[in-house]
Amino acid sequence: MKRFRFPHFLALILGLAFLYIPILVLIVYSFNASRLVTVWGGFSLRWYAALFNNQPLMDAAWLSLRIALVSASVATLLGTLAALALARFGRFTGRTWLAGMIAAPLVMPEVIIGLALLLLFVGLEAGRGFWTIAIAHVTLSTCFATVVIQSRLVTFDRSLEEAAEDLGAPPWRAFLAITLPIIAPAIAAAWMLAFTLSLDDLVLASFASGPGATTLPMRLYSAVRLGVTPEVNAASTILIALVALIVVSASLMVKKNLLDTRR
Amino acid sequence: MAKKSLGNIRRSFAPWTDPAAKPLVTFERVTKRFGAVSAVEDLSLAIHAGEFFALLGPSGCGKTTLMRMLAGFETPDSGRILLDGVDLAGIPPHRRPTNMMFQSYALFPHMSVEANIAFGLRQEGMAKADIAARVAEMLALARLEGFAKRRPDQLSGGQRQRVALARALAKRPKVLLLDEPLGALDRKLREETQYELMDLQSELGMTFLMVTHDQDEAMVMADRIAVMERGRIAQVAPPEEIYEKPASRYVAEFVGDINIFEGAIAAIAGDIITVESPVCGTILLDEEDVSLPAGARVFVAVRPEKIVISHDEPALSANKVSGEVWDIGYLGDYTMVQVKIGGEGGPLIKVALANHARRAERPIAWEDQVWLSWEIEAGILLGGEA
Repeated sequence: MKRFRFPHFLALILGLAFLYIPILVLIVYSFNASRLVTVWGGFSLRWYAALFNNQPLMDAAWLSLRIALVSASVATLLGTLAALALARFGRFTGRTWLAGMIAAPLVMPEVIIGLALLLLFVGLEAGRGFWTIAIAHVTLSTCFATVVIQSRLVTFDRSLEEAAEDLGAPPWRAFLAITLPIIAPAIAAAWMLAFTLSLDDLVLASFASGPGATTLPMRLYSAVRLGVTPEVNAASTILIALVALIVVSASLMVKKNLLDTRR
Repeated sequence: MAKKSLGNIRRSFAPWTDPAAKPLVTFERVTKRFGAVSAVEDLSLAIHAGEFFALLGPSGCGKTTLMRMLAGFETPDSGRILLDGVDLAGIPPHRRPTNMMFQSYALFPHMSVEANIAFGLRQEGMAKADIAARVAEMLALARLEGFAKRRPDQLSGGQRQRVALARALAKRPKVLLLDEPLGALDRKLREETQYELMDLQSELGMTFLMVTHDQDEAMVMADRIAVMERGRIAQVAPPEEIYEKPASRYVAEFVGDINIFEGAIAAIAGDIITVESPVCGTILLDEEDVSLPAGARVFVAVRPEKIVISHDEPALSANKVSGEVWDIGYLGDYTMVQVKIGGEGGPLIKVALANHARRAERPIAWEDQVWLSWEIEAGILLGGEA
C-alpha cells in the first residue's frame, strides 16, 4: 500500500466530486416530495409511482429494452466472429483493413454515424422504427464487443484447442466444447456492454427512429426540454442503476476470467 | 578398445540394427519452411515400434515442428510422413492415431480430471461403461485415483503432468508424442518422473516420441536420440554412442562437457592415429576407418571424466599436458577442475574428479602445477570442419 498523502486524497475527492455530484443530485431529487425540482420537500417515492402510470414513458422504456436485447445479441454474434477472424486467422489479406474498420466506430463521432445511417435508410426507403434503430445500435456496439472478445482470445491458449483436435474432436467440435465455454464470460461481458450502449444511446436513435418509435433516452430528452420534472429524475435513476449493475457485473466477469487464465 | 567395448554393451532391444525391420514412423525427405526460415530441411528418419525415441536439440532446431507435423498441426512443404505404412498427408489431426502430451499440458480448465481423460474416448463414440472402465484404468495408471472429480487448477504441477499423460494415453495411440514432458517440473520430481515414464513405456509396449532440449532427460529415457541442428539431424544413435562416439563437433559439444583440441594428423598406423596439437603436443587415438589423409586438420575431443590429474609427470610418451589449476568447482558427487594450459591467455581444460571418499582434504589446490593425461581410447577424432 502506498502511504496516505493528503494532497493525493484531496485530488481524489475533487475528481470524484466533479464526476459524480451531478448524478448524485439527480438521484437525491428523484426522492423529492416536492414538485419543484430545486426545492427539497421531504422524502417520497411518489415520482416512481407516477412513472409507472406514465404510459408514453413506459412504452419508450419497453421499446428501448427490446432494441437493446436484439442489438446486443446481434452485435455479440458479429463481434465474436470478427474477434475470431482477427485473433485466429493470422495475416490474411485485408486484416489491417478489417481491424481498422471495426475499430473506427470507437472514435467516429456518433453524429456522423447517425447521419450516414439516416441517409442510407432514406435512400433505401426503409420504414424507420424499431429495426432501423436496432441496426444503428449494432453498428456502434459490434466494435465494442469485438474489442472485449478479442482481448480474451489473445490470451487464450491455442494448445487447448489443439489438444481437443488431437484427441479426436473435429475443429468445430473443439471450438464448441473447449473454446466457447472458456471464453463465455468475455462473450457475456461483451453482450452486457452492447446492451448498455444501446439502452442509453440518444444520438443514433434520434437519427434512425421514425414516427411512433421513441426510445427511453429520446423520451427523457424531450421531456426535459419541456422542463425537468422529478419524474424524469426517477426514470434516470432507474436507468443509472440498471446500467451500473450491468457494467459492474460485466467487469467482474472479465476480471474473474482473466484470473482463471493466469492460474 | 573404446568402440569395441561400446559394441559389447548388452542390448536386448535394437530393431534399428535389423535392416529387415519395418519402421512404424518414417519421415521421408521432409522439409518445412516458415517464410524464408526453414524449420526442417530435407530430413529423413525412421522410428520403430516400441521405441522410446528422443528428438534433442536447442530451441529453434526444428524438433517441435517435426513432432507437430506428425501430429498434423503443421503440413510439410515437401516429403512424406508414413505411420504404419499409411501416408499421413491430408489426414487432419483428429483422425490421426497419434496423441500428444503438450508442453503446457493443455488440460481443459472447465472439466474435471475424469472428464479430461474421457474427452478423447467420447469423441470416438465409445460406450459409456467402457469409457468409465478405461478412465478408471488410466487414473490407476497415473496414480490419480482420489482426484477424479478435481479441476485442473486444484492439482499440483506433478499431478497435472500425470493427468496430461493419462489423457494422451487413454486412446492407446500408435505413437505417443511428448513435448518437453518434464519441462515444467522441479528437479527432484523430474528425476522420479523420468523413471516412471520409462517403466510405463516398457509396460505398455508403446512407441514414445519425445521432444526435449534437456540432454540428461534424453540420455536417461530414450532408446535412441536424434540430435538436431538447424532443421537437420546431426546424429541418430543410442545415448551411449551419442556420448562416447559423437559424429561431429556440434554433437560432442551439445551433449555433456567436453575439451576440444585442434591439431593435424601426423600419422595413421592401422587403428592408431597420431595427431600433433599446438596446445598439448602429441595425441594418440584409437579410431577405426579413418578416411582423413595424413596432414588433415582435425579436432580431438576428450570428456572431462576421462582425464587423470596428477602432480607428477606421468610415464607416457603422449596424451599428456601440464598446466596450472585455475578453478575448482565442487559439485558434491564430483569436482570440476579447470586447468590453464600454457600460462596467461591459454585454453582451459576441464577435468572431472569423482569424489569417491568423504575426505575434506583436497589433493588438488588452486595454482598447483599439475599434469593431465588420458588413455589412448579416451580421445575422439572429429572431422576438421570449422
